[in-house]
Amino acid sequence: MNSTHHEPTFVQRYIFSLDHKVIGLQYMITSMIFLLVGFSFMLIMRWQLAFPGHPIPVIGHWLPGWIAPGGVLVPDAYNMLGAMHGTIMIFLGVVPLGVGAFGNYVLPLQIGAPDMAFPRLNMMSYWVYFMGGIVMLGSFLCPGGPAQSGWTSYAPLSVIAGSGQTVWIIGMIFLITSSLFGSINFLVTAINMRAPGLTWFRLPVFVWAQVVTAILLLIAFPVLEAGSILQLLDRVAGTSFFIPAGLIIDGVPMTRAGGGSVLLWQHLFWFLAHPEVYVLILPAMGIVAEILANGTRKPLFGYKEIVGSMIFIGLLSFFVWAHHMFLSGMKSSLAKGFTTTTMIISVPSVAILTCLILSLMGGSIRYRSPMLYALGFLPMFGIGGLTGLPLGFTVTDIYLHDTYYVIGHFHYVVVTGSLIALMGGVVYWFPKFYGRRMNECWNKIHFWLTIIFMNGIFFPMFIQGIAGVQRRLYDPTIQLHNVIVQPTNIFMSASALCLMLTQSIFVVNFFYSMFKGEKTEENPWQATTLEWACPSPPPHGNFTSLPTVYRGPYEYSVPGRSTDWWPQNASN
Amino acid sequence: MSSLEATQNQTGIPNGKLGMWLFLASEVMLFGGLLSSYVILRTGSPNFGMPARELLGVPWATLNTFVLITSSVSMVLALSAMQDGRIPAFRNFMLLTITLGFVFLGIKSYEYWHKISEGITITSSLFGSFYFTLTGLHALHVIGGIVFNIYVLVQGLKGKIINPDHPDRLEYAGLYWHFVDVVWVFLFPLIYLI
Repeated sequence: MNSTHHEPTFVQRYIFSLDHKVIGLQYMITSMIFLLVGFSFMLIMRWQLAFPGHPIPVIGHWLPGWIAPGGVLVPDAYNMLGAMHGTIMIFLGVVPLGVGAFGNYVLPLQIGAPDMAFPRLNMMSYWVYFMGGIVMLGSFLCPGGPAQSGWTSYAPLSVIAGSGQTVWIIGMIFLITSSLFGSINFLVTAINMRAPGLTWFRLPVFVWAQVVTAILLLIAFPVLEAGSILQLLDRVAGTSFFIPAGLIIDGVPMTRAGGGSVLLWQHLFWFLAHPEVYVLILPAMGIVAEILANGTRKPLFGYKEIVGSMIFIGLLSFFVWAHHMFLSGMKSSLAKGFTTTTMIISVPSVAILTCLILSLMGGSIRYRSPMLYALGFLPMFGIGGLTGLPLGFTVTDIYLHDTYYVIGHFHYVVVTGSLIALMGGVVYWFPKFYGRRMNECWNKIHFWLTIIFMNGIFFPMFIQGIAGVQRRLYDPTIQLHNVIVQPTNIFMSASALCLMLTQSIFVVNFFYSMFKGEKTEENPWQATTLEWACPSPPPHGNFTSLPTVYRGPYEYSVPGRSTDWWPQNASN
Repeated sequence: MSSLEATQNQTGIPNGKLGMWLFLASEVMLFGGLLSSYVILRTGSPNFGMPARELLGVPWATLNTFVLITSSVSMVLALSAMQDGRIPAFRNFMLLTITLGFVFLGIKSYEYWHKISEGITITSSLFGSFYFTLTGLHALHVIGGIVFNIYVLVQGLKGKIINPDHPDRLEYAGLYWHFVDVVWVFLFPLIYLI
């Protein structure tokens, strides 16, 4: 602790902390717990998909009667678990891990700042997020259960659904507020608090990724807030923003003024949710760039191309949202426009991936565990990205859109892409967090098992999708043409269970290494960026003296130097 | 920490001001989303339920526009008075700004009462829903602005946080108040005039 500050109490230091590092770790632990919660929902659903109508083994009889009477999952509960899986994984799991945890911990260190620009707002951001998570999980206590209209909450289904949906909207408003606080803080910090000499084009790629992400969150999330306000009023005040005239439910006409548009919700939702996709992937790309430059011991290939592509993706991501809605019956002339922008946005994504792959060329690669995760990201994100192309064209999208192909596509992007990179980030920055290393051998075992089982779950989804298996089906065998691919469901469910068991390696390794791991020096990876120029773990206020930056972020293997890394803050 | 913070300011713009601008950018998107929903359904919905011009109460809304713009002017004068160190003038202009904020809310409440007695409610038609949602959300922002202004007035008179050398927070309150004003400048023609 810095001697100029009074000694904080336990509560001030670890619970209501203003220190960006503690807040980052709070975000990390909380979001990891939510990831496991969301995953366990999916395990229950996967049992139903593999063995429709069979009682769930082991935990089936512990589940309450309205979810699984006699251990057999009911269709409504299947929908609820599906909706909550998506919501929890995206808004409470991956985004808080990529942005809240790494952004908070690493961004101020990488720019040489003592803390975030607004520490109090930062603490608020975490606690509002935490409240949002509690509200979301609390919706399981609602009469009729939690939201069951999918994570997209399409109207009018969501407007007429039970009270869990109202709680879902309130939870979303909490999460939107939290990300608003966070993104303002990140942007002001990155714009104003860079160390002397740290110009924009000397920033590490990770900082650039966080800046673009923060802009996306700042600009896109309020539109979902607008949509949420309208849906909330539709549900509680009897308005009809999303209710068309003459809507008949269960044979009873709805007594409302009507005149609203169900498609309006989809537009408002996807205007957020497509930039959200890039919120999920950009921090992961930033982490991979950091690890790759460090592991190959050479400068990144095309630093400026990567940064430019990220900015371009950020801009263009606001003009592609309707490719999620080709099936909703939009005008073909409009669909053409969105097909075009979708094809254009794939160019910078491919440019980033190509630069990252070319960064490997001619490097003397050190295969330490963070590098494995980063290398795993490259082909996996490649599969995820390339399978997205057929979904950007209306012709192929109309066949594929409501099938498992779409599920396979975005899980390849978000799980084998983002999550693998985020796990790599945890391993890479673990010595910074705790001054200790995670066990290298167990990390490697965890990586290989994880990547195998992830592919075991998601690859068959493409086969199922092309065979015509629809998404959101409670019982796939209900359609005859699905029966032929039903054995793949058993394989996928077994992979999912194995993946869950594999994660226990990571969890045990994480907590064991936190207390008992091998101690490391300040800069165990011999990295160049500023976060390694302060002690590990950094004290309150981070840097003992203000660092000055003399060069770009990835000066590895510079000819004529005795060491193969040249820290940004070294004056000679 | 504060000594380090002071040396680290790459743009020369205070953190608070930058944060306020970014916050306003997100507010623009919030109102932008609602206003575009309004425009889309107003032009596209088969039964929007637009009431006759006479029921809208255009004169009262015009008066309200005048009230709000005047309050923005007095806000600017309050800031300039503070920067010149004329504290009594600052107090008077801030009191005028806050009073005009309350006058706006008063006229708005009268309008609400008038609309409801004419049968235009939040559930009566799509227009009613949008009218009460948009102006209601704007009124909430006005209330927030009034609270911010009262805080600024009190602190300005105390002279500790806000004084002629550090008028920063007064400036932020001004930015927010002008934004609330600008939102009304968009709402007024879209709801009452077009």
